[in-house]
Amino acid sequence: MPLNYKKGFSQGLAIGLGYLSVSFSFGILAVSCGLTWWQAVLISICNLTSAGQVAGVGIMAAGGLPLEMAVTTLVINLRYSLMSISLTQKTDESMTTPARIVTSAFITDEIFGVASGQDKPVTRNYMLGLATLPVLGWTLGTLLGALCGNLLPEIVSESLAIGIYGMFVAIVLPAAKKEKGIAAVSVISVVLSVIFWYVPALKENITSGFAIIICSIVSALLGALFIPKKKEENANG
Amino acid sequence: MDNGRFFLLLAVMVVTTYLIRAIPFVFFRKKITNEKVKAFFDYIPYAVLSSMTFPAMLYATGSILPSAAGLLAALILSWRERSLLVVALGTCSAAFAVNLLLLLIA
Repeated sequence: MPLNYKKGFSQGLAIGLGYLSVSFSFGILAVSCGLTWWQAVLISICNLTSAGQVAGVGIMAAGGLPLEMAVTTLVINLRYSLMSISLTQKTDESMTTPARIVTSAFITDEIFGVASGQDKPVTRNYMLGLATLPVLGWTLGTLLGALCGNLLPEIVSESLAIGIYGMFVAIVLPAAKKEKGIAAVSVISVVLSVIFWYVPALKENITSGFAIIICSIVSALLGALFIPKKKEENANG
Repeated sequence: MDNGRFFLLLAVMVVTTYLIRAIPFVFFRKKITNEKVKAFFDYIPYAVLSSMTFPAMLYATGSILPSAAGLLAALILSWRERSLLVVALGTCSAAFAVNLLLLLIA
């Protein structure tokens, strides 16, 4: 059976819950930057991206220029272009042009991560299902954080913020166990990321968005050059 | 901030973010046949998630110890191939437990 809406919907639950907690902290952050609750919610509905929104709110708070907003957003979110191209290799014929115009808005790190981890081709309905709860969670979390972030004890909101990273680990580790190429690429990517994080000259001059792009491209490139993929996945792209 | 300024900056942000996702997804149609290029795009998701997670995860709760506990829980549960939800909840719970412990000790 091809991947359907229901399958996507249920897989989206984990992402949705993760987003609920992360966007909760975004809501708190946005209000503390001087935005109103509806402005925070509007940003979340229209963007569906964590790091980009945090940077965007920072620019708004600092009274930044539109050009600055465009360049910063471009750099931080450029990784989505790589994901989009990667995902086009996994879609089936239900992904018509209108379907692509709609579903491309939902390509986030987590939705992409889960979709690309599927054994079968990704369908339009599956993508819509997968995006449903994350979009709801992201919007609702922002609303709750903006309205009542201060009511929740700090220890709870802090502990919730880490959940999304746990989910990343859950996507990478099982795949790395199965394929040594993925394991090698992940390790290289982490080592590079550590260098970007802890070397002061790099940390101060390179934004986190750029660092992620560099780490990803270099490690995936090394993997592609030296550890070719097994044949098995070629059947359906 | 006045509403005019807000909507201008919001529009710039939304259009940029959307086009970054949509242009490659809508216009890139051909199947990649070159083995190396294909391998590159197959590796990209894991490369992106890895560099986003570490070391950022260690600083996600505001202090190292609870975050490290969360990371450890995530590694153990993922190694046992538990579902995304179970791993996410386990990560939060471990971080919360250590956070609480630190609060009680201090």
